[in-house]
Amino acid sequence: MPEPKFRPATPLQPRKRAIVVGASSGIGAALARKLAREGYLVALLARREKHLKTLCQEINKTSGETRACYYVHDVTNYPAIPDLLQHIVNDLGGLDLFIYNTGIQNMVRLDEFNFAADRETLEINTMGALAWLNPVAAMFHALKAGHIVGISSVAGDRGRVGAPAYNTSKAALTTYLEALRNRLTRRGVTVLTVKPGFVETDLLHVAGPRRMFWLITADQAANGIWNAIKNHKQTVYVPGQWALLMLVIRHIPSIIFRKLSF
Amino acid sequence: MTTTTLPYEKLTVLENFGHSLHAQAYLYKPTSAEQIEQTFKLAKQHGLKVTARGAGRSYNDAALNGGGLVMDLSAMNKVLSWNAETGIITAQPGLTLEGLWHVVLPHSWWPPVVSGTMTTTLGGCLSSNIHGKNNFRMGPIGEHVLEFSAILPTGAQITCSPQKNADLFYSMISGLGMLGVFTSITLQMKKVQSGLLEVRGWSVPNLKAHLQSLADNAPQADYTVGWLDAIAGGNSLGRGQIHVARYLHSDEDPNPRETLKVKNQMLPANIMGFPKSLLYHFMTPFRLIPLWGMVNTAKYIMGMHGELFRQSHAAFHFLLDYVPHWELAYGRGGLIQYQSFLPKETAYDTWSEILKISQKRGLQSHLGVTKRHRPDRFLLSHAVDGFSLALDFRVTNANRARMAQMLQEFDKIVVDAGGRFYFAKNSETTAATTRRFLGADAVERFKALKQRTDPYELLESDLYRRIFG
Repeated sequence: MPEPKFRPATPLQPRKRAIVVGASSGIGAALARKLAREGYLVALLARREKHLKTLCQEINKTSGETRACYYVHDVTNYPAIPDLLQHIVNDLGGLDLFIYNTGIQNMVRLDEFNFAADRETLEINTMGALAWLNPVAAMFHALKAGHIVGISSVAGDRGRVGAPAYNTSKAALTTYLEALRNRLTRRGVTVLTVKPGFVETDLLHVAGPRRMFWLITADQAANGIWNAIKNHKQTVYVPGQWALLMLVIRHIPSIIFRKLSF
Repeated sequence: MTTTTLPYEKLTVLENFGHSLHAQAYLYKPTSAEQIEQTFKLAKQHGLKVTARGAGRSYNDAALNGGGLVMDLSAMNKVLSWNAETGIITAQPGLTLEGLWHVVLPHSWWPPVVSGTMTTTLGGCLSSNIHGKNNFRMGPIGEHVLEFSAILPTGAQITCSPQKNADLFYSMISGLGMLGVFTSITLQMKKVQSGLLEVRGWSVPNLKAHLQSLADNAPQADYTVGWLDAIAGGNSLGRGQIHVARYLHSDEDPNPRETLKVKNQMLPANIMGFPKSLLYHFMTPFRLIPLWGMVNTAKYIMGMHGELFRQSHAAFHFLLDYVPHWELAYGRGGLIQYQSFLPKETAYDTWSEILKISQKRGLQSHLGVTKRHRPDRFLLSHAVDGFSLALDFRVTNANRARMAQMLQEFDKIVVDAGGRFYFAKNSETTAATTRRFLGADAVERFKALKQRTDPYELLESDLYRRIFG
């Protein structure tokens, strides 16, 4: 898209700036809308240009001014990321908040063992996150400020029969974010790990289990995440009741867990 | 697209003088023309914008460039040549006014135009085309520049004077650093016979008397400045204190050799026995308007009998350097300054209206400063044949939105009255307002010059994007 023209920040009309990777649909799109409503300038990133363009236009129309811009990007194009980040930050005029939301879940049957599918999941959900989080962390480390949000999942808390690679990708992301938090807190940077439960998104339509509960919309998820950002939370389950359930599930002994059907 | 990014250790958060804005940038500190050129190349290669920065003493976004590259020229602060006979000095752009007067005063010279703080750099002073308390007589600093050299974003090196490359001379001075970067500046100093000024001060009861005093005393004075109590209302609206100063003649100072010494100019390190570096903490409670109003009243009453005294040049001019970090006393939101320049015919009505509005809304200014001005021929000039009023406002989370609204109303009132603004101070002026007061013609001429000196549009600051975006 052409170089975006944002109204500059002034002392009386300050601005915050965010990047949302994985913004074309679902939680990412809902977060982008929410942030724009809160006055943020938002850079939208994803592979699907058509979706991004529509969302961008919608946000700018609703805001009554330019608050969003988009960049077509595939997170597995790892070498391009540091330059792209520098470029986007220059367009936005700074960076306060970085959100990594991109995630896929490839379905595998219980009797299927598919390296190609697993690899793709890890490359997008985990390696893509690491490829972004490293330069973003370096930037915030230097600035001694910033807010990082990683959208992980309750699925990262245990390895289930139905989604080994997805579970692994989110477990790795959760652990990585924890380590990043431990490294960056002392530099004044906040790192938030978000673990959504069932959220009505494309991902769920493709790969969701048959029985679902506590199902929320992407907008509800975005509101929950926004509250966690605002309150400088470290880890948040969305919706909150998952925290208790996952506390129990995390402590189910393996001898029992492997006999369960989920 | 390049394959390597700029090093993260160059990233830093920069602030404006009022601590009311901050912006991240890759900070480079060139020490030579070659390094400036390298910095331009780096910016072009990475598709980033560049802003030149001196001391960072603008009240707004003039030296900020969010997400881009900033070149800090403060290390290029050498005096390249100084002739004590002619009073002509050539220096690099990072030399501060403090560095300048330390060199020239012992030889009976003083900078012809200085700002309210001596920490500003020559490059910054030219870019904003600063004025002093003698603007009505001496014009802005640009009128005392004999010549300057600059490097353009294209890599070209040029020399400008009122005769040579005159169009760039009159636009790079006042040009906000958007056309090129100064590499050396030649200035004519002003001869002085003494290190002291004779200062006369008295209180004025209202705005009418205030402006009248500034106008009436200007013809005989070398400097005039007014302090305006922006809290007092009713019949006392616009009351304040006038200070006029004149240079001493050689026979009036019994010992000029002593008074011209740098050490005898220095501002005292203690005020009433108290280290002034800590003083701003004690000013903090006075940011509350009712308390400050009492201070204003005391000051007004104390000045009613008038006073006549001698003061060093530094003490008279650099009021802002008296209390280090005084701006921190305004608290976390910092402060902004709103300065308007009005023709003498409309100043009274306009400021009456502005002061009344601010009082009615409970958004009074803590400090008002008035000066007398005359027009100049620089392209982005802020001066008029009239007066200026600079108002300091404290910014808080609670007053931001209402203040923003009020200042937009002020902008309209000022421009409707034929007024102008100074780009180193106001932080909220929009592109539409800028076009109105500068005139579409001046804006287009400036942009055409920029197209010539900076075809790749490398030089941009947050200020530039705001007022020309």
